[in-house]
Amino acid sequence: MFSYCTDPSTLEGLSWLSCYLTTGKHLNLYISVFVVLTLLAITAPVALMFGFGAASAARSKFLPLRWFGKGYTSIVRGVPDIAFFLFFVIALDQAFEWMRHKVKCPDWDQPIRQGIDFVVCDAAKLPLSTSPQWVHETYGFFLAVLTFSIVFGAFAANVLFGAMRAVPRGQIETAEAYGMTSRQAFWRILVPQMWVYALPGLSNLWMVLIKSTPLLFLLGVEDIVYWARELGGTKTARFTDYPHPNWHVWYFAALLVFYLCFTKVSEVVLDRIMTRLTKGQATAAGEAQRKAAA
Amino acid sequence: MSCVETIQAYAFRSLGFGERLLPKGEYTLCEHFTLIGSGMIWNVYFGIVALLTGFFLAVALAVGKSSPNPMWRKPAEWFIFIFRGSPLFIQFFFAYACFLSLKSVSKGIDPSAPLTPGEAMLVQISSFFDPFTSAWLGALIVLFCNTAAYSGEIFYGALLSIPKGDIEAADAYGMTGWTRFRRITFPTMMRLAWPAYTNEAIFLFHATTLVFFSGFPAWRQKGDALYYASYFADKTFNPFVPYPILAFYFILLTLVIISIFGFVNRRLNKHLPQERRSKPKLKLNLIR
Repeated sequence: MFSYCTDPSTLEGLSWLSCYLTTGKHLNLYISVFVVLTLLAITAPVALMFGFGAASAARSKFLPLRWFGKGYTSIVRGVPDIAFFLFFVIALDQAFEWMRHKVKCPDWDQPIRQGIDFVVCDAAKLPLSTSPQWVHETYGFFLAVLTFSIVFGAFAANVLFGAMRAVPRGQIETAEAYGMTSRQAFWRILVPQMWVYALPGLSNLWMVLIKSTPLLFLLGVEDIVYWARELGGTKTARFTDYPHPNWHVWYFAALLVFYLCFTKVSEVVLDRIMTRLTKGQATAAGEAQRKAAA
Repeated sequence: MSCVETIQAYAFRSLGFGERLLPKGEYTLCEHFTLIGSGMIWNVYFGIVALLTGFFLAVALAVGKSSPNPMWRKPAEWFIFIFRGSPLFIQFFFAYACFLSLKSVSKGIDPSAPLTPGEAMLVQISSFFDPFTSAWLGALIVLFCNTAAYSGEIFYGALLSIPKGDIEAADAYGMTGWTRFRRITFPTMMRLAWPAYTNEAIFLFHATTLVFFSGFPAWRQKGDALYYASYFADKTFNPFVPYPILAFYFILLTLVIISIFGFVNRRLNKHLPQERRSKPKLKLNLIR
């Protein structure tokens, strides 16, 4: 990175550290921070969408749809999330390949599950074995995002379902009295009002989501945990210009501090949002704000 | 092998008893159930021991956090913030790395040669931290701190919402200090916190599955339920059998926890009139 880094054996103290922390692999570590942030930025809205869909399904008058909504939320929440992370990545991958196989190779006569092997034709492989490295990585990342969204969608569904029920019944009745259909009442009355009730649960969920990002490592994405393990391990002088003993402690301590700062910042921001949303609301917190201002 | 033989061979495989080699080739459903069930022993062990020991620290943390004296309040606040604010997964990694480097301080010292006092101390530290690098103790300590922090926060919330009248009545009877805490504050705090604490217990049992996926190694393939489930999934490329079995065991475990905690909840609310008792209905709205 810097010009004085060309011969690491001459370096001392801080200048050594500045060179060490800007090696190519460390740059990968810094990039992987953005991978984690991207995952959060994509997963949060997608999971919210899934949750909204499932919560509406659970309120539906159509029985199978209601079963689906309730079943989805209670099964996902009753099982350790890590089991789902490990399960969905393989299951989704196989589901996609199976669908492509049915479409692309209709005249394939062998069974797909041969004993313990899962065999699809070459054209159905995802990603194709000829595609470049970045396609493989993006596909892995895409699977991770989908898995996270499915799991956190269930939690979000639970929060939103509670929030929809918390909106005072009188509001819906008034809407019906004005002659709105149940669809109109849902979109114009219920949905705009439910957010203030949903926010405490959703902010809790956001904290949980932040804290589950290290599990990306288990899904095969090269995230911060992967690079921290990689860089912290013992390095001998044969393979690197910066030999060092086992430094896992320092790298994981840095990750710990990173996550602590991240949750602290989110906490402050979410508190601000909550204060703004409760302003003028007919809730206990809104009442307290009015009293404090007066 | 018949199913009975499989159970005999693998029921305690996770503790190191029975057949040494894991099953090979085509796996039967019985082998799946037996091995994953055998792994559940570890999950139950971690969950129960961490919950029982963490409870006491949690009460201490809640009382500490509500104390007006910053000497007690600050450490409790920081402890809760650190363990609630960071991912459990990273805590496992960090703790393992910590214990490992403490264990290897005596690396390069030949124990048979005569030692200087400093070296002797290093050897002692190293042998002291030796068990900490294995999961049964090291991971247990992390889970203990973690659950203490989460339940400490729950108890603290309950402590703040104790009805003012209860405390005033205790004052009127002349109760102070330890007596008031033991007879008024603590039982009320438990009663208010119990539904949320039930949740915490369920999530703690779920969190025990992370142990063997973080730094802690599974010696001689003695792992927990998820370890065996992912072993089967890796070997068969078929996630649709082992993970649902794991889910089945965990749903069973969750039901057991709910019924035990429900029993305690009924006892805690025994003195209240029927309609004021908090229902043992599961409130999963509050998550970790």
